[in-house]
Amino acid sequence: MDSAYWYRILSYTMEFFYVLSVVFFILGMKWMSHPSTARKGNFTAALGMGLAMVATIFSEGMGNYGWIASGLMVGTGVGWWLSAKVKMTEMPQMVSLLNGFGGAAAMLIVVAEAIGLADGGVLLDLNAERFDGMSGGYGNSIAKIPEIFYHTLLMLNLVAGSVSFTGSMIAMGKLQGFVPGGSVRWPAQRFTNNGLLLLMLLGMIVYFQSGHWQFAIILGLCLAGLLFGVLFVMPIGGADMPVVISLLNSITGLTSALTGIIFDNQTMVMGGVLVGASGLLLTILMCKAMNRSLGAVLLGAFQSGGVTASDRAIDTTIRETSLNDAAVLMAYARRVAIIPGYGLAVAQAQHAVHELELLLESRGVEVIYGIHPVAGRMPGHMNVLLAESDVSYDKLLEMERINPEFPKIDVVLVIGANDVVNPAAERDPASPIYGMPILQVDRAAAVLVVKRSMNAGYAGIENELFYDPKTRMLFGDAKGVLQKLNSALKEV
Amino acid sequence: MKGNWSGRVTLNIVMENLYFLLVENKEFLYILILSVFLGIEVIGKVPQVLHTPLMSGSNALSGVVVLGCLLLLGKASDANVWVRILAWLALVLATINVVGGFAVTNRMLEMFKGKKKDHG
Repeated sequence: MDSAYWYRILSYTMEFFYVLSVVFFILGMKWMSHPSTARKGNFTAALGMGLAMVATIFSEGMGNYGWIASGLMVGTGVGWWLSAKVKMTEMPQMVSLLNGFGGAAAMLIVVAEAIGLADGGVLLDLNAERFDGMSGGYGNSIAKIPEIFYHTLLMLNLVAGSVSFTGSMIAMGKLQGFVPGGSVRWPAQRFTNNGLLLLMLLGMIVYFQSGHWQFAIILGLCLAGLLFGVLFVMPIGGADMPVVISLLNSITGLTSALTGIIFDNQTMVMGGVLVGASGLLLTILMCKAMNRSLGAVLLGAFQSGGVTASDRAIDTTIRETSLNDAAVLMAYARRVAIIPGYGLAVAQAQHAVHELELLLESRGVEVIYGIHPVAGRMPGHMNVLLAESDVSYDKLLEMERINPEFPKIDVVLVIGANDVVNPAAERDPASPIYGMPILQVDRAAAVLVVKRSMNAGYAGIENELFYDPKTRMLFGDAKGVLQKLNSALKEV
Repeated sequence: MKGNWSGRVTLNIVMENLYFLLVENKEFLYILILSVFLGIEVIGKVPQVLHTPLMSGSNALSGVVVLGCLLLLGKASDANVWVRILAWLALVLATINVVGGFAVTNRMLEMFKGKKKDHG
């Protein structure tokens, strides 16, 4: 057997790997969306990615193996380290950060190519045969693109990648708390955003009209994209962060697909489009859970709050209660429902809440959890958190299941949740969150609210529930309050 | 000549190219449309408990752009050193996205593992 023979075998195997990786991507996504197969799905998708990477590394005409190996090692090391060290409560930030890295990678590819174009361009060489498309000879390419569309793709990719990068970084910063979390606005905001978009479009037109490569314009587009990412996420506040992260994830998927067309790589296109489409679906599902349109979310439509019930006289007396009274109230209840919110995540109180649950159960109290679809900063955030502290899966009731139960519940314990239990969403058409489905905790016999202070929730809206005559407040950090509540319960 | 195209790009040329793009890439368009539906269909019935892990997993999958980084770096053996440095940086970032994404997703899903048996 000569080397040419083995070479052919190798290249066929690699082609086969590519096909297999697409199959694994699809199966992985499918399995990941079912609880009993989710882990297998994640492994499968990872395996598909591994196969695709091997197939790429050993494909025809590759070099620079030293660079590739070192890059892979550094990336794997850092990725592994980040994933090992992140706390479960910081998961949304982590997803946002990683997503930003993907966007940055796509952006850098285009910038690198633009620098290289002085010497002909790596991708341009790769694509040369496709440009003769008009006259008919273009090999086995997945898409036959005229040269100006190749340039258009590069620029779209550049803009999408850079927007996704800074957008994700700002989203992460907002969740982590080093960027103002609320809705940040400035005068003529819509004007600046649209102006920037127009400027980018203008840049592209000038670029095409000039008739040749211009690095300055590429750089300008890149900077404009980076700036746009910041401006686009800054005004989006509070409760909308999960939607934004999901949308940015979808954009990164789209970027991968565009990159796939440029590189003529089917696996990239399929993977990217899969993520793009499913990410968009997830985004829409989240918007539906909050009863808002995607457009309203992107415009930052939670206007500054405080308008709730301004024309209705409401009792603004706060009724505080002591830990012992609260402990007794729960200890002698038949059914207690716990409503966790972001305050629980921030305070890392998931273990304390599980302990409370066990203490109550040992006294014969039935305990269930009510999970709002957008409780926390991400859908399913509470589920992941409570699962970490070994709360049984079947005690977590979704909104549709727990709402009819509330009249039969003696005590509701709201821990660090605010907007998702605000009755204004059902009663007050003037409220910015009017129409959002909520957990109807005010239908229970008694309500205990653990809250850090009387500040308004993330959406910046007053909450009537706290002034309800059957509501009692426990002020303090969720973890501290729960620990004290647990020791009080042991004494009862 | 590479990197240059003759003269101004008029609307006519754009339309001509667009037409060409659609006619010449019918198969590709089918693949594209089918993948969109597949992407929607495949996660269509996901329960709420899995939303965060799924988002994290699909985030790892969106790091498929790593293949582009590999290709660019691999084919850039005689290119400007800056091209290689930027491509290397892109490769590192994309690898972090992929490895970190899958590892984090696995960590999240590990927590569901023990409880599922009690559940059913």
